[in-house]
Amino acid sequence: MAKFIYLVPLFPLIGFLINGLGRNFLSKKLSGIIGSLAILASFVVSVLVFLEVKAVGFTAVEVKLFDFIKTAGLDIPFSFQVDQLSVLFLLIITGVGTLIHLYSTAYMHEEEPKDFARYFAYLNLFVFSMLLLVLGANYVIMFIGWEGVGLCSYLLIGFWFKNGDYNNAAKKAFVMNRIGDLGFLLAVFWIIGQFGSTSFSVIFPVASKTAPAILTGITLLMFIGAMGKSAQIPLYTWLPDAMAGPTPVSALIHAATMVTAGIYMIARSNILYTLSPNTQQVVAVIGLATSILAATIAVQQNDIKKVLAYSTVSQLGLMFLGLGVGAYVGAVFHVMTHAFFKALLFLGAGSVIHAMHHEQDMRNMGGLKKYLPITHITFLIGCIAIAGIPPFSGFFSKDEILMAVYSHNKLFYFLATGSALLTTFYMFRMYALTFHGSFRGTQDQEHHLHESPLAMTIPLGVLAILAIVAGFIGIPELFAKESHWLEQYLHPIFAASLAKQVGHETPASTEWLLMGTTVVLILGIVFFAVSKFKKYKATDVEISGLPKILENKWYVDELYDFLINKPVRAIANFFSSIFEKYVIDGAVNGVGKMVQYSSRQLRWLQSGQVGSYILIMVVATIVFFIIQIIGK
Amino acid sequence: MPINYYLFLTVTLFSIGVIGVLTRRNAIVVFMCIELMLNAVNLLLVAFSQMHQANALAINPIPSSVGAEAQLFVFFIMVVAAAEVSVGLAIIVMMYRNIHSVDINFLNRLKH
Repeated sequence: MAKFIYLVPLFPLIGFLINGLGRNFLSKKLSGIIGSLAILASFVVSVLVFLEVKAVGFTAVEVKLFDFIKTAGLDIPFSFQVDQLSVLFLLIITGVGTLIHLYSTAYMHEEEPKDFARYFAYLNLFVFSMLLLVLGANYVIMFIGWEGVGLCSYLLIGFWFKNGDYNNAAKKAFVMNRIGDLGFLLAVFWIIGQFGSTSFSVIFPVASKTAPAILTGITLLMFIGAMGKSAQIPLYTWLPDAMAGPTPVSALIHAATMVTAGIYMIARSNILYTLSPNTQQVVAVIGLATSILAATIAVQQNDIKKVLAYSTVSQLGLMFLGLGVGAYVGAVFHVMTHAFFKALLFLGAGSVIHAMHHEQDMRNMGGLKKYLPITHITFLIGCIAIAGIPPFSGFFSKDEILMAVYSHNKLFYFLATGSALLTTFYMFRMYALTFHGSFRGTQDQEHHLHESPLAMTIPLGVLAILAIVAGFIGIPELFAKESHWLEQYLHPIFAASLAKQVGHETPASTEWLLMGTTVVLILGIVFFAVSKFKKYKATDVEISGLPKILENKWYVDELYDFLINKPVRAIANFFSSIFEKYVIDGAVNGVGKMVQYSSRQLRWLQSGQVGSYILIMVVATIVFFIIQIIGK
Repeated sequence: MPINYYLFLTVTLFSIGVIGVLTRRNAIVVFMCIELMLNAVNLLLVAFSQMHQANALAINPIPSSVGAEAQLFVFFIMVVAAAEVSVGLAIIVMMYRNIHSVDINFLNRLKH
């Protein structure tokens, strides 16, 4: 089955072409069906491939389609990597992707048929690029996918491009991503220079013979790429703004799949990172800092999607922290569970927004529990899962990362736990503000409140079930020996790295204690947050102090504006008004003026008198003769 | 006969032609002066050709055409000159029909 792997990205590509080219002819129903079926077909193929890959003893296969770049010194084939890691990501992308496509058919029903088809074309193109990213058997193919998802992210954030703010958000995302992409591109060049190839199967076996300083450089540059794509400090500010896109897009691209590309890239290159501990330290610190910073901001946001966006940034930070301390399995595990519950939360938020007629401010919601029962239940499940309450999925993956962090660095552990507690707080604040208390919107909105159609509630239900049970594929050693299925499954990918890591075993009693304390604290915070915000009343009191700083996102956007935008604008102004006007224009106009002047002078020669022309000719000939004679 | 005499004669003829072209206003006279220059050149070619062949025969007395190739040019020039005359005279005829004069100073339309 592995040799049919090209079918997986092919279906979305076909879907993209049909929807993209036929957007003026296709009915809404048809383009929705084509878009969703394309991803469903990929999912089916992925499952078939997965069944083959999950067998014990399966070794990675490289399926070569054709030569992409072939020169004397460099051979980059267009080939796909089929192994445990890529297939796991295939399942996440196509599985969650299918559900979100289905959801979109209902969520986007107000669009014109043309825009509807355009939406599905973009979405299919995104899935295609993402599949290329995870399937690429070398960094160049990965980079093609990497750029492709960035482009689709831009297109989809700016889907409603008639709104200027949305357009700016799209541009911001694109530019921020470009900064990261440059780092990745440089890393690819360096890899070509160092290893003479970009194929994983060539690089990884010889990595341990390479100088650590070079590996550190390469991995740091790659991490800059990951910072951009996966929204880490300092390039994270685009992700919250990316919420301008339609909600299903936020769920698919800005929560479940694209933003985990950085995690995938580092997990894929795990051996390079294991061999450069300095980079790992950087990854861990950046991840931790992002996790805490984003969590603090999320506490004071009132837009339901903004809370989820900052929560995503925070969770991504946690994953990077896991990667930084060498908990590769934990990070990938968290990517998977996060994909389920964060997609669930976003789709739930979408359902709420849909019911509220595009109202996103939580201060105007409240008491939606009785109007949206299915959304309420599934949203609650998502909140519990992300908070990390056992036995929901978030508990297992988060716990695995936290335990690895504990054995690595105790201080990091406590900070990360603090971030996890903040996560619980703001998630349940959001839950209580949205679903409990009394309705605070307008009468008109209250009148129109309705549960979403089946096409939206089915994905919610499926994702809710996944958010509950997904954790059981990674039960920690502490509970039952040899039951961490995911670790065994992914073992071939991380074997080389794990062999190099020195493990600090944490005593079982300590683990029990830490886990128990965390869970109790989380439960306490849940009750505190729910009881506090259940009674929320809109007040006119001006907020001040720390909450105000948090609501304004630590003024990071303003800081960037001051540090980067303003100086660049000043320089640009100087160049446009002084340099351009006087130097460039002066030179261009000067050339024109000079030609005009000299031709005015030369015109006197054109007397029209044949005799004078002949005279000039004769004189010139004589002059040449004289020059020749003198020259001799 | 020494080559110098030929040179003096051709330079004289050529100079007469040049001065005629520069100073005369009648197109036909200008035309004749051009012909004069061409023929001065022809004469020069023939003279040099004769000289070269004489020199070659002095070194190697076997009769041959060595050094006489320049005379070929003369024929070419004559042919071209004949063609030129036919075109040139046609132009002059047309000129007379248009402006009723063969004074080249009236031919200053290029200026405009």
